[in-house]
Amino acid sequence: MLPLAPGGGMRAGAPSGRPMKAVAADFIKPSRRLTSFERLEIYNRQYWFRLKDCLYDDYPGLRAVLGDRRFERLACAYLARHPSQSFSLRNLGRRLAGFLESEPRWTAPHEKPALDMARLEWAHVEAYDNEAKPPLEAESLLAAAPARLRLKLQPHITLLHLDYELDGFLIQIRRAERLRTQASNALEERRSRPRRGLRRRLRPKPLFLAVHRHRDAVHYKRLEPGQFRLLSALQANATVAGACQAAAGAGAIPGDFAARLKSWFETWAALGWFCRLR
Amino acid sequence: MPANVFNGHTDFGIGIGLRVPHYDHILSRKPAVDWFEIISENFMVDGGQPLKVLDQILEQYRVVQHGVSAYFGSAEPLNREHLKKLKRLVQRTKTPWLTDHLCWGSVDGRYTHDLLPMPYTFAAARVAARKIRQARDFLEVPIAVENVSSYAEFHVSEMAEWEFLSEVVEQADCGILLDVNNIYVSSRNHGFDPFLYVNGIPAARVAQFHIAGHAKYEKYILDTHDHPVIDPVWKLYEHALGRTGRTATLLEWDARIPSFDEVHREALKANRFIENLDARKIAA
Repeated sequence: MLPLAPGGGMRAGAPSGRPMKAVAADFIKPSRRLTSFERLEIYNRQYWFRLKDCLYDDYPGLRAVLGDRRFERLACAYLARHPSQSFSLRNLGRRLAGFLESEPRWTAPHEKPALDMARLEWAHVEAYDNEAKPPLEAESLLAAAPARLRLKLQPHITLLHLDYELDGFLIQIRRAERLRTQASNALEERRSRPRRGLRRRLRPKPLFLAVHRHRDAVHYKRLEPGQFRLLSALQANATVAGACQAAAGAGAIPGDFAARLKSWFETWAALGWFCRLR
Repeated sequence: MPANVFNGHTDFGIGIGLRVPHYDHILSRKPAVDWFEIISENFMVDGGQPLKVLDQILEQYRVVQHGVSAYFGSAEPLNREHLKKLKRLVQRTKTPWLTDHLCWGSVDGRYTHDLLPMPYTFAAARVAARKIRQARDFLEVPIAVENVSSYAEFHVSEMAEWEFLSEVVEQADCGILLDVNNIYVSSRNHGFDPFLYVNGIPAARVAQFHIAGHAKYEKYILDTHDHPVIDPVWKLYEHALGRTGRTATLLEWDARIPSFDEVHREALKANRFIENLDARKIAA
Protein backbone atom coordinates (compact mmCIF):
# COMPACT_ATOMS: atom_id res chain seq x y z
CA MET A 1 0.00 0.00 0.00
CA LEU A 2 1.31 3.42 -0.98
CA PRO A 3 2.72 5.28 2.06
CA LEU A 4 0.93 8.49 2.99
CA ALA A 5 2.30 11.91 2.15
CA PRO A 6 3.99 13.87 4.98
CA GLY A 7 0.73 15.74 5.65
CA GLY A 8 -1.14 12.47 6.22
CA GLY A 9 -3.04 12.41 2.93
CA MET A 10 -2.61 10.22 -0.12
CA ARG A 11 0.46 10.91 -2.24
CA ALA A 12 -0.07 12.98 -5.36
CA GLY A 13 2.00 10.67 -7.55
CA ALA A 14 1.59 6.96 -8.21
CA PRO A 15 4.69 4.69 -8.28
CA SER A 16 4.31 4.63 -12.08
CA GLY A 17 4.88 8.38 -12.14
CA ARG A 18 1.31 9.18 -13.16
CA PRO A 19 -0.69 11.59 -11.01
CA MET A 20 -2.77 9.67 -8.45
CA LYS A 21 -5.76 11.80 -9.40
CA ALA A 22 -5.66 10.32 -12.89
CA VAL A 23 -5.02 6.80 -11.64
CA ALA A 24 -7.93 6.99 -9.18
CA ALA A 25 -10.25 8.48 -11.80
CA ASP A 26 -9.50 5.57 -14.13
CA PHE A 27 -11.27 3.06 -11.91
CA ILE A 28 -13.19 4.88 -9.15
CA LYS A 29 -16.36 6.89 -9.73
CA PRO A 30 -16.51 10.29 -8.09
CA SER A 31 -19.49 10.97 -5.83
CA ARG A 32 -21.44 14.20 -5.37
CA ARG A 33 -19.16 15.23 -2.51
CA LEU A 34 -15.89 13.41 -3.16
CA THR A 35 -13.53 13.09 -6.10
CA SER A 36 -12.17 9.69 -7.10
CA PHE A 37 -8.88 10.66 -5.46
CA GLU A 38 -10.59 11.54 -2.17
CA ARG A 39 -12.56 8.29 -2.15
CA LEU A 40 -9.43 6.22 -2.66
CA GLU A 41 -7.65 8.30 -0.06
CA ILE A 42 -10.10 7.15 2.62
CA TYR A 43 -8.89 3.57 2.14
CA ASN A 44 -5.26 4.61 1.90
CA ARG A 45 -5.47 6.46 5.21
CA GLN A 46 -7.49 3.77 6.97
CA TYR A 47 -4.91 1.17 6.00
CA TRP A 48 -2.08 3.06 7.63
CA PHE A 49 -4.09 4.05 10.70
CA ARG A 50 -5.16 0.47 11.30
CA LEU A 51 -1.75 -1.12 10.93
CA LYS A 52 0.11 1.56 12.85
CA ASP A 53 -2.44 1.24 15.64
CA CYS A 54 -1.78 -2.47 15.80
CA LEU A 55 1.98 -1.97 16.20
CA TYR A 56 1.27 0.82 18.67
CA ASP A 57 -0.67 -1.62 20.85
CA ASP A 58 1.82 -4.47 20.53
CA TYR A 59 4.97 -2.43 21.22
CA PRO A 60 4.40 -0.12 24.21
CA GLY A 61 7.97 -0.73 25.36
CA LEU A 62 9.54 0.22 22.06
CA ARG A 63 7.36 3.33 22.01
CA ALA A 64 8.66 4.23 25.43
CA VAL A 65 12.26 3.78 24.29
CA LEU A 66 11.84 5.82 21.11
CA GLY A 67 9.01 8.23 21.89
CA ASP A 68 5.77 8.34 19.93
CA ARG A 69 6.94 10.36 16.93
CA ARG A 70 10.00 8.27 16.22
CA PHE A 71 8.00 5.13 16.80
CA GLU A 72 5.47 6.26 14.19
CA ARG A 73 8.20 6.92 11.64
CA LEU A 74 9.68 3.53 12.36
CA ALA A 75 6.26 1.84 12.04
CA CYS A 76 5.69 3.44 8.63
CA ALA A 77 9.13 2.40 7.37
CA TYR A 78 8.70 -1.13 8.69
CA LEU A 79 5.23 -1.59 7.21
CA ALA A 80 6.37 -0.21 3.88
CA ARG A 81 9.21 -2.77 3.82
CA HIS A 82 7.24 -5.65 5.36
CA PRO A 83 3.54 -5.49 4.53
CA SER A 84 1.36 -7.96 6.39
CA GLN A 85 1.55 -11.48 5.01
CA SER A 86 -0.76 -13.05 7.53
CA PHE A 87 -4.54 -13.10 7.84
CA SER A 88 -4.02 -12.11 11.47
CA LEU A 89 -2.73 -8.78 12.75
CA ARG A 90 -1.23 -10.76 15.61
CA ASN A 91 1.70 -11.55 13.30
CA LEU A 92 2.32 -7.99 12.14
CA GLY A 93 5.47 -7.52 14.25
CA ARG A 94 7.07 -10.85 13.34
CA ARG A 95 9.88 -9.24 11.34
CA LEU A 96 10.30 -6.03 13.31
CA ALA A 97 13.43 -7.07 15.23
CA GLY A 98 15.07 -8.24 12.00
CA PHE A 99 14.15 -4.93 10.39
CA LEU A 100 15.76 -3.00 13.24
CA GLU A 101 18.92 -5.04 12.88
CA SER A 102 19.12 -4.34 9.18
CA GLU A 103 18.11 -0.66 9.41
CA PRO A 104 19.36 0.69 12.75
CA ARG A 105 18.99 4.29 11.59
CA TRP A 106 15.32 4.24 12.64
CA THR A 107 16.29 3.79 16.28
CA ALA A 108 19.59 5.70 16.55
CA PRO A 109 21.01 6.54 19.05
CA HIS A 110 19.04 3.91 20.99
CA GLU A 111 19.75 1.04 18.60
CA LYS A 112 20.63 -1.58 21.18
CA PRO A 113 17.87 -1.04 23.75
CA ALA A 114 15.36 -0.61 20.90
CA LEU A 115 16.39 -3.90 19.32
CA ASP A 116 16.34 -5.66 22.67
CA MET A 117 12.89 -4.26 23.38
CA ALA A 118 11.54 -5.33 19.99
CA ARG A 119 12.80 -8.85 20.61
CA LEU A 120 11.34 -8.93 24.11
CA GLU A 121 7.96 -7.62 22.95
CA TRP A 122 7.75 -10.12 20.10
CA ALA A 123 8.63 -12.87 22.59
CA HIS A 124 5.72 -11.58 24.68
CA VAL A 125 3.36 -11.95 21.70
CA GLU A 126 4.59 -15.50 21.14
CA ALA A 127 4.27 -16.40 24.81
CA TYR A 128 0.74 -15.03 24.96
CA ASP A 129 -0.93 -17.41 22.54
CA ASN A 130 1.51 -19.96 21.17
CA GLU A 131 0.69 -23.59 21.72
CA ALA A 132 1.26 -25.30 25.07
CA LYS A 133 1.82 -28.99 24.55
CA PRO A 134 1.16 -31.51 27.32
CA PRO A 135 4.07 -31.05 29.73
CA LEU A 136 6.51 -33.76 30.55
CA GLU A 137 6.55 -34.94 34.17
CA ALA A 138 9.78 -34.77 36.17
CA GLU A 139 9.61 -38.54 36.73
CA SER A 140 9.95 -39.27 33.02
CA LEU A 141 13.11 -37.17 32.95
CA LEU A 142 14.70 -39.12 35.75
CA ALA A 143 14.05 -42.43 34.02
CA ALA A 144 15.80 -41.51 30.75
CA ALA A 145 19.50 -41.70 29.85
CA PRO A 146 20.95 -38.15 29.58
CA ALA A 147 23.41 -39.14 26.85
CA ARG A 148 20.57 -40.05 24.49
CA LEU A 149 17.73 -37.94 25.81
CA ARG A 150 16.65 -34.87 23.83
CA LEU A 151 13.99 -32.54 25.23
CA LYS A 152 11.78 -30.10 23.46
CA LEU A 153 10.85 -26.78 25.02
CA GLN A 154 7.26 -25.53 24.89
CA PRO A 155 6.50 -23.50 21.73
CA HIS A 156 5.57 -20.49 23.86
CA ILE A 157 9.08 -20.17 25.36
CA THR A 158 11.57 -17.71 23.88
CA LEU A 159 15.10 -17.52 25.26
CA LEU A 160 16.65 -14.08 25.07
CA HIS A 161 20.12 -12.74 25.72
CA LEU A 162 19.66 -8.98 26.03
CA ASP A 163 22.20 -6.21 26.46
CA TYR A 164 19.81 -4.19 28.61
CA GLU A 165 17.80 -5.06 31.69
CA LEU A 166 14.44 -4.42 30.11
CA ASP A 167 12.17 -6.85 31.90
CA GLY A 168 11.24 -4.58 34.81
CA PHE A 169 11.03 -1.61 32.46
CA LEU A 170 8.54 -3.35 30.20
CA ILE A 171 6.47 -4.61 33.11
CA GLN A 172 6.17 -1.03 34.35
CA ILE A 173 5.22 0.26 30.93
CA ARG A 174 2.60 -2.42 30.36
CA ARG A 175 1.12 -1.83 33.80
CA ALA A 176 0.86 1.90 33.11
CA GLU A 177 -0.76 1.20 29.72
CA ARG A 178 -3.28 -1.13 31.30
CA LEU A 179 -4.23 1.40 33.95
CA ARG A 180 -4.61 4.08 31.31
CA THR A 181 -6.82 1.86 29.16
CA GLN A 182 -8.95 0.90 32.12
CA ALA A 183 -9.36 4.55 33.04
CA SER A 184 -10.59 5.46 29.58
CA ASN A 185 -11.11 3.82 26.25
CA ALA A 186 -11.29 7.13 24.43
CA LEU A 187 -9.15 7.15 21.32
CA GLU A 188 -7.95 10.68 21.89
CA GLU A 189 -6.17 9.61 25.02
CA ARG A 190 -4.22 6.83 23.37
CA ARG A 191 -1.02 8.77 22.76
CA SER A 192 1.34 8.07 25.59
CA ARG A 193 3.22 10.68 27.52
CA PRO A 194 6.95 11.03 26.94
CA ARG A 195 8.84 8.43 28.94
CA ARG A 196 12.12 10.28 29.26
CA GLY A 197 12.39 9.51 32.97
CA LEU A 198 11.97 5.82 32.38
CA ARG A 199 14.30 5.83 29.39
CA ARG A 200 17.07 7.47 31.38
CA ARG A 201 16.99 4.56 33.79
CA LEU A 202 18.00 2.14 31.04
CA ARG A 203 21.52 0.94 31.67
CA PRO A 204 23.42 -1.63 29.67
CA LYS A 205 23.64 -4.83 31.66
CA PRO A 206 23.50 -8.33 30.19
CA LEU A 207 20.27 -10.14 30.90
CA PHE A 208 19.28 -13.72 30.16
CA LEU A 209 15.55 -14.29 30.03
CA ALA A 210 13.03 -16.99 29.33
CA VAL A 211 9.78 -15.42 28.18
CA HIS A 212 7.08 -18.00 28.79
CA ARG A 213 3.48 -18.56 29.76
CA HIS A 214 2.41 -20.06 33.06
CA ARG A 215 -1.21 -20.41 34.10
CA ASP A 216 -2.24 -18.27 31.12
CA ALA A 217 -0.09 -15.31 32.12
CA VAL A 218 3.11 -14.22 30.36
CA HIS A 219 6.20 -14.16 32.57
CA TYR A 220 9.78 -13.01 32.11
CA LYS A 221 11.97 -15.42 34.06
CA ARG A 222 15.55 -14.35 34.62
CA LEU A 223 18.14 -17.05 33.96
CA GLU A 224 21.70 -17.56 35.03
CA PRO A 225 24.15 -17.66 32.10
CA GLY A 226 24.60 -21.40 32.62
CA GLN A 227 20.85 -21.97 32.59
CA PHE A 228 20.57 -19.95 29.40
CA ARG A 229 23.30 -21.98 27.74
CA LEU A 230 21.68 -25.23 28.79
CA LEU A 231 18.21 -24.32 27.58
CA SER A 232 19.56 -22.86 24.34
CA ALA A 233 21.44 -26.09 23.70
CA LEU A 234 18.27 -28.11 24.29
CA GLN A 235 16.43 -25.84 21.88
CA ALA A 236 19.19 -26.47 19.37
CA ASN A 237 18.52 -30.21 19.68
CA ALA A 238 21.47 -31.17 21.92
CA THR A 239 21.13 -34.19 24.18
CA VAL A 240 20.58 -33.47 27.86
CA ALA A 241 24.16 -34.55 28.55
CA GLY A 242 25.48 -32.24 25.82
CA ALA A 243 23.34 -29.37 27.07
CA CYS A 244 24.59 -29.87 30.63
CA GLN A 245 28.13 -29.76 29.31
CA ALA A 246 27.31 -26.52 27.52
CA ALA A 247 25.88 -25.16 30.75
CA ALA A 248 29.08 -25.89 32.60
CA GLY A 249 30.93 -23.74 30.08
CA ALA A 250 34.66 -23.76 29.43
CA GLY A 251 35.66 -23.42 33.06
CA ALA A 252 35.92 -26.15 35.63
CA ILE A 253 32.66 -27.74 36.66
CA PRO A 254 31.87 -26.66 40.21
CA GLY A 255 31.49 -29.33 42.81
CA ASP A 256 27.80 -28.67 43.46
CA PHE A 257 26.97 -28.53 39.78
CA ALA A 258 25.01 -31.79 39.77
CA ALA A 259 22.83 -30.57 42.60
CA ARG A 260 22.20 -27.30 40.79
CA LEU A 261 21.31 -29.09 37.58
CA LYS A 262 18.81 -31.22 39.45
CA SER A 263 17.24 -28.15 40.98
CA TRP A 264 17.04 -26.37 37.59
CA PHE A 265 15.39 -29.31 35.89
CA GLU A 266 12.94 -29.70 38.76
CA THR A 267 11.94 -26.05 38.49
CA TRP A 268 11.59 -26.14 34.72
CA ALA A 269 9.65 -29.37 34.81
CA ALA A 270 7.36 -27.88 37.44
CA LEU A 271 6.79 -24.91 35.14
CA GLY A 272 5.90 -27.35 32.38
CA TRP A 273 8.65 -26.15 30.07
CA PHE A 274 9.48 -29.57 28.61
CA CYS A 275 6.84 -30.92 26.37
CA ARG A 276 7.96 -34.25 25.03
CA LEU A 277 10.85 -36.59 24.68
CA ARG A 278 12.53 -36.84 21.33
CA MET B 1 -36.31 -15.87 8.94
CA PRO B 2 -36.38 -17.14 12.52
CA ALA B 3 -34.79 -20.41 11.57
CA ASN B 4 -33.55 -21.33 8.16
CA VAL B 5 -30.95 -23.44 6.47
CA PHE B 6 -28.57 -20.47 6.41
CA ASN B 7 -28.40 -20.08 10.18
CA GLY B 8 -28.40 -23.77 10.94
CA HIS B 9 -32.16 -23.81 11.72
CA THR B 10 -31.56 -21.91 14.93
CA ASP B 11 -33.71 -19.27 16.56
CA PHE B 12 -31.22 -16.89 18.15
CA GLY B 13 -32.33 -13.56 19.54
CA ILE B 14 -30.21 -10.51 20.25
CA GLY B 15 -26.50 -10.89 20.77
CA ILE B 16 -23.46 -8.71 21.19
CA GLY B 17 -19.87 -8.95 20.06
CA LEU B 18 -17.50 -10.55 22.57
CA ARG B 19 -14.83 -7.94 23.28
CA VAL B 20 -11.78 -7.97 25.57
CA PRO B 21 -12.82 -5.08 27.88
CA HIS B 22 -15.94 -7.07 28.81
CA TYR B 23 -14.27 -10.41 29.58
CA ASP B 24 -14.05 -9.87 33.33
CA HIS B 25 -17.64 -8.69 33.59
CA ILE B 26 -19.00 -11.58 31.56
CA LEU B 27 -16.99 -14.28 33.29
CA SER B 28 -17.58 -12.98 36.81
CA ARG B 29 -21.19 -11.79 36.58
CA LYS B 30 -22.50 -14.14 33.90
CA PRO B 31 -25.05 -11.72 32.47
CA ALA B 32 -28.00 -13.13 30.56
CA VAL B 33 -27.06 -12.69 26.91
CA ASP B 34 -28.73 -14.70 24.22
CA TRP B 35 -25.52 -15.21 22.23
CA PHE B 36 -22.11 -13.79 21.53
CA GLU B 37 -20.44 -13.20 18.22
CA ILE B 38 -16.69 -13.74 18.19
CA ILE B 39 -14.20 -12.50 15.64
CA SER B 40 -12.84 -15.81 14.39
CA GLU B 41 -9.33 -14.50 13.74
CA ASN B 42 -8.90 -13.48 17.38
CA PHE B 43 -9.24 -17.10 18.39
CA MET B 44 -7.42 -18.81 15.54
CA VAL B 45 -4.38 -19.18 17.76
CA ASP B 46 -2.66 -22.22 19.19
CA GLY B 47 -3.16 -21.62 22.89
CA GLY B 48 -3.12 -19.23 25.80
CA GLN B 49 -5.60 -16.81 27.25
CA PRO B 50 -7.78 -16.31 24.14
CA LEU B 51 -8.74 -19.97 23.94
CA LYS B 52 -9.11 -20.28 27.69
CA VAL B 53 -11.58 -17.38 27.74
CA LEU B 54 -13.38 -18.80 24.73
CA ASP B 55 -13.79 -22.17 26.40
CA GLN B 56 -15.22 -20.50 29.50
CA ILE B 57 -17.65 -18.54 27.36
CA LEU B 58 -18.63 -21.66 25.44
CA GLU B 59 -19.52 -23.39 28.69
CA GLN B 60 -22.31 -20.90 29.28
CA TYR B 61 -23.21 -19.11 26.08
CA ARG B 62 -24.05 -19.70 22.46
CA VAL B 63 -21.37 -18.39 20.13
CA VAL B 64 -21.41 -17.55 16.44
CA GLN B 65 -18.21 -17.00 14.50
CA HIS B 66 -17.71 -13.89 12.41
CA GLY B 67 -14.63 -13.62 10.22
CA VAL B 68 -12.82 -10.66 8.75
CA SER B 69 -10.24 -12.21 6.47
CA ALA B 70 -11.70 -14.97 4.28
CA TYR B 71 -11.76 -12.42 1.45
CA PHE B 72 -14.18 -14.29 -0.79
CA GLY B 73 -13.85 -11.41 -3.24
CA SER B 74 -10.07 -11.58 -3.66
CA ALA B 75 -8.97 -13.00 -6.98
CA GLU B 76 -6.55 -15.49 -5.44
CA PRO B 77 -7.69 -18.90 -4.18
CA LEU B 78 -8.75 -19.47 -0.59
CA ASN B 79 -5.87 -19.78 1.84
CA ARG B 80 -5.84 -23.45 2.86
CA GLU B 81 -3.90 -22.85 6.08
CA HIS B 82 -6.41 -20.20 7.05
CA LEU B 83 -9.28 -22.58 6.34
CA LYS B 84 -7.72 -25.37 8.37
CA LYS B 85 -7.33 -23.11 11.38
CA LEU B 86 -10.85 -21.84 10.89
CA LYS B 87 -12.19 -25.37 10.81
CA ARG B 88 -10.44 -26.23 14.06
CA LEU B 89 -12.19 -23.24 15.61
CA VAL B 90 -15.54 -24.22 14.08
CA GLN B 91 -15.17 -27.63 15.68
CA ARG B 92 -14.37 -26.01 19.00
CA THR B 93 -17.21 -23.48 19.02
CA LYS B 94 -19.78 -25.60 17.15
CA THR B 95 -20.97 -22.37 15.61
CA PRO B 96 -24.36 -23.07 13.97
CA TRP B 97 -23.48 -20.78 11.10
CA LEU B 98 -20.42 -18.79 10.13
CA THR B 99 -20.20 -15.33 8.65
CA ASP B 100 -17.60 -13.31 6.78
CA HIS B 101 -17.66 -10.38 4.41
CA LEU B 102 -18.40 -10.08 0.73
CA CYS B 103 -15.27 -8.15 -0.03
CA TRP B 104 -11.64 -8.48 -0.99
CA GLY B 105 -8.54 -7.46 0.95
CA SER B 106 -5.47 -9.44 -0.08
CA VAL B 107 -3.28 -9.46 -3.16
CA ASP B 108 -0.37 -11.80 -3.85
CA GLY B 109 -0.34 -12.98 -0.25
CA ARG B 110 -0.29 -9.47 1.19
CA TYR B 111 -3.11 -8.50 3.53
CA THR B 112 -4.66 -5.05 3.87
CA HIS B 113 -6.75 -6.07 6.91
CA ASP B 114 -9.49 -3.99 5.37
CA LEU B 115 -12.87 -4.89 3.89
CA LEU B 116 -12.52 -3.53 0.39
CA PRO B 117 -15.54 -3.19 -1.88
CA MET B 118 -15.74 -5.35 -4.97
CA PRO B 119 -16.51 -4.31 -8.50
CA TYR B 120 -20.12 -5.38 -8.99
CA THR B 121 -19.59 -7.51 -12.09
CA PHE B 122 -20.89 -10.94 -13.04
CA ALA B 123 -17.31 -12.22 -13.26
CA ALA B 124 -16.54 -11.06 -9.71
CA ALA B 125 -19.79 -12.61 -8.48
CA ARG B 126 -18.80 -15.97 -10.00
CA VAL B 127 -15.38 -15.89 -8.29
CA ALA B 128 -16.86 -14.99 -4.90
CA ALA B 129 -19.67 -17.56 -5.15
CA ARG B 130 -17.22 -20.32 -6.06
CA LYS B 131 -15.00 -19.49 -3.09
CA ILE B 132 -17.95 -19.36 -0.70
CA ARG B 133 -19.09 -22.79 -1.86
CA GLN B 134 -15.56 -24.16 -1.45
CA ALA B 135 -15.29 -22.73 2.05
CA ARG B 136 -18.70 -24.10 3.06
CA ASP B 137 -17.84 -27.56 1.74
CA PHE B 138 -14.55 -27.58 3.60
CA LEU B 139 -15.86 -26.12 6.85
CA GLU B 140 -19.10 -28.09 6.81
CA VAL B 141 -21.12 -25.26 8.31
CA PRO B 142 -23.63 -22.85 6.72
CA ILE B 143 -22.05 -19.59 5.58
CA ALA B 144 -23.67 -16.17 5.42
CA VAL B 145 -21.88 -13.25 3.77
CA GLU B 146 -22.07 -9.70 5.02
CA ASN B 147 -22.49 -6.60 2.90
CA VAL B 148 -19.66 -4.16 3.71
CA SER B 149 -19.83 -0.41 4.10
CA SER B 150 -17.96 1.35 1.32
CA TYR B 151 -16.54 4.68 0.33
CA ALA B 152 -15.79 4.02 -3.34
CA GLU B 153 -17.57 2.61 -6.38
CA PHE B 154 -15.99 1.24 -9.53
CA HIS B 155 -16.62 2.34 -13.11
CA VAL B 156 -16.68 -1.29 -14.21
CA SER B 157 -19.61 -2.24 -11.99
CA GLU B 158 -22.47 -3.75 -13.97
CA MET B 159 -25.16 -3.67 -11.30
CA ALA B 160 -26.19 -2.13 -7.99
CA GLU B 161 -24.67 -3.48 -4.79
CA TRP B 162 -27.83 -5.25 -3.68
CA GLU B 163 -28.13 -6.91 -7.08
CA PHE B 164 -24.54 -8.06 -6.77
CA LEU B 165 -25.13 -9.41 -3.26
CA SER B 166 -28.21 -11.26 -4.50
CA GLU B 167 -26.31 -12.64 -7.48
CA VAL B 168 -23.52 -13.97 -5.26
CA VAL B 169 -25.71 -15.57 -2.62
CA GLU B 170 -27.97 -17.18 -5.22
CA GLN B 171 -24.98 -18.61 -7.09
CA ALA B 172 -23.31 -19.75 -3.88
CA ASP B 173 -26.61 -20.83 -2.34
CA CYS B 174 -25.55 -19.23 0.92
CA GLY B 175 -27.05 -16.90 3.48
CA ILE B 176 -26.81 -13.15 4.03
CA LEU B 177 -25.61 -11.38 7.14
CA LEU B 178 -27.44 -8.16 6.47
CA ASP B 179 -25.67 -5.23 8.08
CA VAL B 180 -28.25 -2.46 8.06
CA ASN B 181 -25.77 0.08 9.36
CA ASN B 182 -23.47 -0.71 6.44
CA ILE B 183 -26.37 -0.24 4.04
CA TYR B 184 -27.10 3.13 5.61
CA VAL B 185 -23.43 4.21 5.55
CA SER B 186 -23.01 3.21 1.91
CA SER B 187 -26.33 4.78 0.93
CA ARG B 188 -25.14 8.12 2.31
CA ASN B 189 -21.71 7.80 0.73
CA HIS B 190 -23.03 6.77 -2.67
CA GLY B 191 -26.42 8.45 -2.76
CA PHE B 192 -28.85 5.54 -3.07
CA ASP B 193 -32.08 4.72 -1.26
CA PRO B 194 -31.28 2.24 1.55
CA PHE B 195 -34.85 0.92 1.52
CA LEU B 196 -34.43 0.02 -2.12
CA TYR B 197 -31.41 -2.05 -1.06
CA VAL B 198 -33.34 -3.88 1.64
CA ASN B 199 -36.24 -4.51 -0.75
CA GLY B 200 -33.84 -5.80 -3.39
CA ILE B 201 -32.23 -8.68 -1.54
CA PRO B 202 -33.68 -12.19 -1.16
CA ALA B 203 -35.16 -11.93 2.35
CA ALA B 204 -35.42 -15.68 2.75
CA ARG B 205 -31.63 -15.90 2.72
CA VAL B 206 -31.06 -13.52 5.62
CA ALA B 207 -29.46 -15.56 8.39
CA GLN B 208 -28.58 -12.69 10.70
CA PHE B 209 -28.58 -8.92 11.11
CA HIS B 210 -25.83 -6.57 12.20
CA ILE B 211 -26.58 -3.19 13.72
CA ALA B 212 -23.96 -0.63 14.74
CA GLY B 213 -23.12 3.02 15.06
CA HIS B 214 -20.92 5.10 12.78
CA ALA B 215 -19.13 8.44 12.62
CA LYS B 216 -20.19 11.35 10.45
CA TYR B 217 -17.58 13.49 8.73
CA GLU B 218 -18.03 16.56 6.60
CA LYS B 219 -18.13 14.76 3.27
CA TYR B 220 -18.73 11.12 4.14
CA ILE B 221 -19.75 8.65 6.83
CA LEU B 222 -17.26 6.22 8.28
CA ASP B 223 -18.28 2.83 9.65
CA THR B 224 -16.53 3.09 13.01
CA HIS B 225 -18.69 0.96 15.34
CA ASP B 226 -18.02 3.47 18.10
CA HIS B 227 -21.43 5.04 18.68
CA PRO B 228 -24.97 3.99 19.52
CA VAL B 229 -27.24 3.05 16.63
CA ILE B 230 -28.92 6.10 15.14
CA ASP B 231 -32.67 6.32 14.47
CA PRO B 232 -32.51 6.06 10.66
CA VAL B 233 -30.61 2.78 11.06
CA TRP B 234 -33.21 1.50 13.52
CA LYS B 235 -35.92 2.41 10.98
CA LEU B 236 -34.07 0.51 8.29
CA TYR B 237 -33.70 -2.42 10.65
CA GLU B 238 -37.42 -2.37 11.36
CA HIS B 239 -38.15 -2.33 7.66
CA ALA B 240 -35.76 -5.21 7.04
CA LEU B 241 -37.33 -7.19 9.90
CA GLY B 242 -40.67 -6.66 8.22
CA ARG B 243 -39.31 -8.50 5.19
CA THR B 244 -37.44 -11.27 6.99
CA GLY B 245 -39.42 -11.88 10.16
CA ARG B 246 -37.61 -12.05 13.48
CA THR B 247 -33.98 -12.91 12.86
CA ALA B 248 -30.83 -13.24 14.96
CA THR B 249 -29.52 -9.71 15.51
CA LEU B 250 -26.16 -8.56 16.73
CA LEU B 251 -24.88 -5.17 17.87
CA GLU B 252 -21.27 -4.38 16.93
CA TRP B 253 -19.36 -1.96 19.17
CA ASP B 254 -15.63 -2.14 18.50
CA ALA B 255 -14.05 1.18 19.46
CA ARG B 256 -14.52 3.51 22.42
CA ILE B 257 -16.21 0.50 23.94
CA PRO B 258 -18.43 1.49 26.88
CA SER B 259 -19.41 -0.74 29.79
CA PHE B 260 -20.89 -4.13 29.10
CA ASP B 261 -24.27 -2.98 30.43
CA GLU B 262 -24.36 0.01 28.11
CA VAL B 263 -23.54 -2.11 25.07
CA HIS B 264 -26.09 -4.72 26.06
CA ARG B 265 -28.79 -2.10 26.68
CA GLU B 266 -28.15 -0.65 23.23
CA ALA B 267 -28.45 -4.09 21.65
CA LEU B 268 -31.68 -4.87 23.48
CA LYS B 269 -33.32 -1.82 21.91
CA ALA B 270 -33.80 -4.13 18.93
CA ASN B 271 -36.40 -5.95 21.02
CA ARG B 272 -38.99 -3.22 20.59
CA PHE B 273 -38.90 -3.65 16.82
CA ILE B 274 -39.12 -7.41 17.15
CA GLU B 275 -42.05 -7.03 19.58
CA ASN B 276 -43.76 -4.58 17.22
CA LEU B 277 -43.34 -7.12 14.46
CA ASP B 278 -44.86 -9.84 16.62
CA ALA B 279 -47.73 -7.55 17.61
CA ARG B 280 -48.42 -6.72 13.98
CA LYS B 281 -48.47 -10.41 13.13
CA ILE B 282 -50.92 -11.16 15.93
CA ALA B 283 -53.14 -8.26 14.87
CA ALA B 284 -53.07 -9.45 11.30
